[in-house]
Amino acid sequence: MAPDLLDTMLSATAAVIRDNAEALTALDQAIGDGDHGINMKRGFAAIEAEKAAVVALALPQALQKIGMTLVMNVGGASGPLYGSYFMAMGKAMPPEAVTVAALAEALTAGALAVQQRGKSAPGEKTMLEVLVPVADAVRQAAEAGMSMDALLAAVREAAARGLKSTRDMLATKGRASYLGERSIGHLDPGAQSSQLLVDSICDVVATALAATKVEGV
Amino acid sequence: MTEYVGIVIVSHSLDIARGAADMVRQMVGEEVPLAWCGGNADGGLGTDVAAIKAAIETVYGPAGVAILVDLGGAETNSEMAIELLEESWRDRVLICNAPIVEGAVMAAVEASGGAALEDVRATAEELSP
Repeated sequence: MAPDLLDTMLSATAAVIRDNAEALTALDQAIGDGDHGINMKRGFAAIEAEKAAVVALALPQALQKIGMTLVMNVGGASGPLYGSYFMAMGKAMPPEAVTVAALAEALTAGALAVQQRGKSAPGEKTMLEVLVPVADAVRQAAEAGMSMDALLAAVREAAARGLKSTRDMLATKGRASYLGERSIGHLDPGAQSSQLLVDSICDVVATALAATKVEGV
Repeated sequence: MTEYVGIVIVSHSLDIARGAADMVRQMVGEEVPLAWCGGNADGGLGTDVAAIKAAIETVYGPAGVAILVDLGGAETNSEMAIELLEESWRDRVLICNAPIVEGAVMAAVEASGGAALEDVRATAEELSP
């Protein structure tokens, strides 16, 4: 990946987390321990602070560094969860010539790492409700040979639908599980932060694609 | 010389971690290696992988280390910290599924008798419903 694209993604994701930190915290206060927004903000600010070092790396190593930075800075369970996600993606990602199929493999490996780290599966009101459909959407796009525009639309749709599905789910993992039935009716904060990140990365890719089209490259 | 299993206490709260460690020290004495950590990197409630890893390294010896945790994030972060240890150490560091205060005291009592790591964990876990 072009270093400037990764650079823009890191700034954009840090900004979206910063701008939504209070909303994430509010969701987490409803069904968790109320620290998801501030924890994520700390983690993504730490990544932004190391941005120059991250973008200088090859993509697999950059993803692993992003993961380790989250592990060491987030401070809640979302640190190891998101950290494992990016580290597993880094391990699965080819160093160059990243195809849509390779991206799908990496996203699937990331979602699997989150399942293992959280001892969780889809359907338990977690970030997996977003991460698994997103990986599936990219795999389907690769198999169908979709255009990048169609891929981005499919990914955004999968993330939004996954997030929405958490509202009516009963939490059986994490702090929200202590609430039992009372967890129903609230969006999951981890699924919300995942959807925000996915959408923000789609924005960056869409902008880059538009610029390429204008330049006629 | 006996090598005792080390005990690490990981709470979301620095005060709870320190208080549980005080109880272990008072009831079990000084010979069992004991470390504790609590709170996130900013000093708020939470757990910190780097601090957990450092606590494990403080007490690690050939007999291994038993970790007592409170809520879910402490367990997830402790598992992450174990994976970041030197590879040869990882199998000798176990998380006990036990209440943090009672588990820490019982684990330390068992460890102070020279018990093996697996027995220390089993004793702590007898406290779980």
